[in-house]
Amino acid sequence: MFESIGILSLTIWLPIVAGLLVLATGGKDGASGGVDGQRTLALLGAALGFIVSLPLWTGFDSTTAAMQFVEYADWIPLFNVHYALGVDGISMPFVVLNSFITVLVVLAGWAVIKTKVAQYMAAFLIQSGLINGVFASLDGVLFYVFFEAMLIPLYLIIGIWGGPNRVYAAIKFFLYTLLGSLLMLVAMLYLFFVSGGSFDILVWHKVPLAMGAQMLLFVAFFFAFAVKVPMWPVHTWLPDAHVEAPTGGSVVLAAITLKVGAYGFLRFTLPILPDASHELSWLIITLSLIAVVYIGLVALVQTDMKKLIAYSSIAHMGFVTLGFFMFNSWGVEGGLVQMISHGFISGALFLCIGVLYDRMHSRNIADYGGVANTMPRFAALFMFFAMANAGLPATSGFVGEFMVILGAIQVNFWYAFLAALTLIFGAAYTLWMYKRVVFGPVANDRVAALTDIDAREFLILATLAVCVLAMGVYPFPVTEVMHVSVSNLLEHVAHSKLLP
Amino acid sequence: MDLLMDMQSLYLLVPMAPLVGAILAGFFGKAIGRRGAHTVTILGVLVAFLASVVIFQDVLAGNTYNGSVYTWLAAGDVRLEIGFLIDRLTVLMMLVVTFVSLMVHIYTVGYMAEDPGYQRFFSYISLFTFSMLMLVMSNNFLQLFFGWEAVGLVSYLLIGFWFTRETAIYANLKAFLVNRVGDFGFLLGIGLVLAHFGSLDYATVFDRAPDLANNTISIIDGQTWSLMTLICILLFIGAMGKSAQFPLHVWLPDSMEGPTPISALIHAATMVTAGIFMVARMSPLFELSDTALSFVMVIGAITALFMGFLGIIQNDIKRVVAYSTLSQLGYMTVALGASAYSVAIFHLMTHAFFKALLFLAAGSVIIAMHHNQDIRKMGGLRKYLPITWITSLIGSLALIGTPFFSGFYSKDSIIEAVHASHLAGSGFAYFAVTAGVFVTAFYSFRMYFLVFHGKERFHNAHHDHDHAQGQDHTPHETPWVVTLPLVLLAIPSLLIGYFTMGPLVAGDWFGHAIYVNLTAHPAMVELAQGFHGATAMALHGLTLLPFWLAVGGVATAYYLYLVRPDLPQVIRQRSGLIYTILDEKYGFDRFNDWFFAGGSRLIGSRLWRWGDAALIDGLVVNGSARVVGWVAAQVRQLQSGYLYHYAFAMIVGVALLATAFVHF
Repeated sequence: MFESIGILSLTIWLPIVAGLLVLATGGKDGASGGVDGQRTLALLGAALGFIVSLPLWTGFDSTTAAMQFVEYADWIPLFNVHYALGVDGISMPFVVLNSFITVLVVLAGWAVIKTKVAQYMAAFLIQSGLINGVFASLDGVLFYVFFEAMLIPLYLIIGIWGGPNRVYAAIKFFLYTLLGSLLMLVAMLYLFFVSGGSFDILVWHKVPLAMGAQMLLFVAFFFAFAVKVPMWPVHTWLPDAHVEAPTGGSVVLAAITLKVGAYGFLRFTLPILPDASHELSWLIITLSLIAVVYIGLVALVQTDMKKLIAYSSIAHMGFVTLGFFMFNSWGVEGGLVQMISHGFISGALFLCIGVLYDRMHSRNIADYGGVANTMPRFAALFMFFAMANAGLPATSGFVGEFMVILGAIQVNFWYAFLAALTLIFGAAYTLWMYKRVVFGPVANDRVAALTDIDAREFLILATLAVCVLAMGVYPFPVTEVMHVSVSNLLEHVAHSKLLP
Repeated sequence: MDLLMDMQSLYLLVPMAPLVGAILAGFFGKAIGRRGAHTVTILGVLVAFLASVVIFQDVLAGNTYNGSVYTWLAAGDVRLEIGFLIDRLTVLMMLVVTFVSLMVHIYTVGYMAEDPGYQRFFSYISLFTFSMLMLVMSNNFLQLFFGWEAVGLVSYLLIGFWFTRETAIYANLKAFLVNRVGDFGFLLGIGLVLAHFGSLDYATVFDRAPDLANNTISIIDGQTWSLMTLICILLFIGAMGKSAQFPLHVWLPDSMEGPTPISALIHAATMVTAGIFMVARMSPLFELSDTALSFVMVIGAITALFMGFLGIIQNDIKRVVAYSTLSQLGYMTVALGASAYSVAIFHLMTHAFFKALLFLAAGSVIIAMHHNQDIRKMGGLRKYLPITWITSLIGSLALIGTPFFSGFYSKDSIIEAVHASHLAGSGFAYFAVTAGVFVTAFYSFRMYFLVFHGKERFHNAHHDHDHAQGQDHTPHETPWVVTLPLVLLAIPSLLIGYFTMGPLVAGDWFGHAIYVNLTAHPAMVELAQGFHGATAMALHGLTLLPFWLAVGGVATAYYLYLVRPDLPQVIRQRSGLIYTILDEKYGFDRFNDWFFAGGSRLIGSRLWRWGDAALIDGLVVNGSARVVGWVAAQVRQLQSGYLYHYAFAMIVGVALLATAFVHF
């Protein structure tokens, strides 16, 4: 069996094993020599995790919608549960993205985290493996296990390394997401029985279902995924979680964790429940547009930088769900592109705020002003990401929003009209914050004492900047990977699977 | 084939050369130093200009090009490409952009000599040149939008160049957001184009346009609108933002917070004319909707006249020129509405030269005045700044439309074209552009007389500045890097109209690049018929109303500011209300700040406090937590730990069960 460990298994288990190793070297604080070793080991694990994920991209066959890199083994034969892994053009980019972000997160926590270093690094590595598991699972139970297990590291990250109100935030985060996914478990058990005893997600795609059942299942899945995305009105855990989380936690939360919810819509809701998805699309569209407009306005008045970016995340994720329920390739591919792009941009913005927070220990916009005078290199990179967040063309932030708006206008002019308001709101809240923090005369002595970013911070931000720019100037390769899988999905969703 | 390949590399070279300059100056500014930064960027723009000249000649020889460089994105069965369309409209714009940009680059060496952000500035203006060239050379809507937003970004960066000034960073945010309002419409227009034409490629869209001319769209139940009208108006909203048309004009005067070279390049000669260029490029669409054309014409007319009024009361030398720019952009827009696209582009070109000249001359005055911009504190400068004085005079004469000067040909053509238009609103537009001539002449020469003639009022003004340095307070002519561009711009301001009027307006120089439905909109035909050579037109112009209105404007300015300089103060006091309205700029800034900025902040904070914090979190989330807590607390009472409580409960339970068994 071990002669051929699949690539997907490696992307899942290598970070987890590395995390456990780091944990084993940890133990008591104080051994300062050991801390460097732990960091290096963690970086090594993360880098290896990223390297083993690369063949997924390079070896991917973008001409087929079939699952690739498939692995299949018995797990719990009694209930017909399998260790089934595989990726298509929809899930593959996220495995690579997640493995990539993990490297940056380890680097970002390098000098900043000083207590329980081994545990911190281990939590991120283990979480990285678990999230890869979510995207790669083809078995419902396996998916559910990964889906729930990934909550634990993040819960600990917020609860241990978080801010003053971390316990409230961690519990709120945990309960919100747990309550959501419990309904999903019920839905999965129902599908197990109607499919004649299978937990295979691809089998579920083909199971005919009556409208009533579809509607109920839709609601069950909806809660699980909507909380994760998060969609209005189940979004209020996110700003709290972000504010309390350490920088690395915010980056993973924004860049990856939110994507799991959106991914669920594409892997479960749309293909398993096509009729209910069409029937209830008005609901998702309405909530998505509320996210864009309402949350855009709420973001405008935030006084805490992290909260502002958290609300901005919700608004940007509104584009993802809006795009998915347009049922055309512009919308769905645009939503996927937006997911990847948002991973880079929001991750970068949280890192930027982390850079400031590490120096000033404040997230309050009013404590800043004139940062450009003392941190010019940082100001330039921050400007770039702010513009990307505002959807400037030639950054990845533009591509997804543009595609979703083009997809929406084909369905209904007013969807596009409301969604396009983000052009104004997004620019307003991002650039207004930027103006107050970075521009202007030096606001106080603490700003005057700031030092510009060092080589490590520059490396992290510049890497993300290159990603954002590359995807904005030449998004073709990214959409090419998704193209066939998305077409196949749309074809599938267009057909009713009501019982005859 | 070889020759064709060469031309394609040349097309690519035009935008890429300034981009390379921008990258070198921006990322390696410290390493290459100030001299290095201005050398690479000036070289980059020079290469772009020379390549544009070669391409211009190639296009004149009858070659055009429409092809893609790479596929940006594919979705569904649509491919979005990055590519170039090289025709006569494009090359004209390329020449104007690269030439003015080159002049501004050279001028900047002098103007920004003492600024610590020297390299950054050169990097920005080269990046701007790249973006603007990508915009005009595009062969599709997508790349147009790319360039469109990129020039907006650079404009934002440059208005806020001196980022420690509160006014500058207020102005750049305002400029970006107001432009975004325009882009909002523009993007929806592009979306409708893709949805209904199935392509974003100009050639494909323009080919299909006539078939869709009578299509209607119902975006509000029960109301059907012409698809073409909706698309054109949405696209034009984009132009209103970029080209600062009423009511999205509010950002342009504030943009004067940026350094003067970019006011010349971006906020006068090139970027703000992107909207004009765009509508001319879209002529095959706009020609299909009379409603949209009327809308364009009326908006332009309002801008042309009412922004001119505001120029009269400004005392900041740059703001006078800025309002003049607004007004002239209005003229171009009116020409578009009258289907005289080539006239609009003609005025765009002459305006680029004389307005860049006026701005750079204003900058020269500002240097000489040690960065004092108040024209009330100048006067008599012609003795000290002879080159600046002569070139400013040429620029002003061109602006007010003096016969034989370049501005005369373009402005008179606009007035004639509007006269020939029969669309709704053309009467008002004709009145606006004619009355505008008087206004233009008056504010231009008010400024000219206050700056260069009359009493020297700057001796006192200097006391606040430069006191410590103990400098010689006599202004003196600026260095050659500043005056050379003035002279090089003065030449086309004087001559270019005379030589290009014939082909551009009366002839069919643009060919297929611009489409006009001549039967429905015959303005161009009438212009061509009335044209009997540039000299004859200028001589005839001497007998026409606009010329005498201009003379009247100059004479009024002369009387008020040189003969009776006490009068303006009296008039100002007598006309309290009108003065207040003008001083408040018709109240737009105040209204926008209160209604849009304040309103969205108010709604945002209400949604946050009441929606998120009170309703969702307070009532639902924490509320359900409290309910759980309350229920748990109640239930906990039952677990008292006393044995007799449990025994009692057991007995009651057994009794109830027994009763149930017996009865049922």
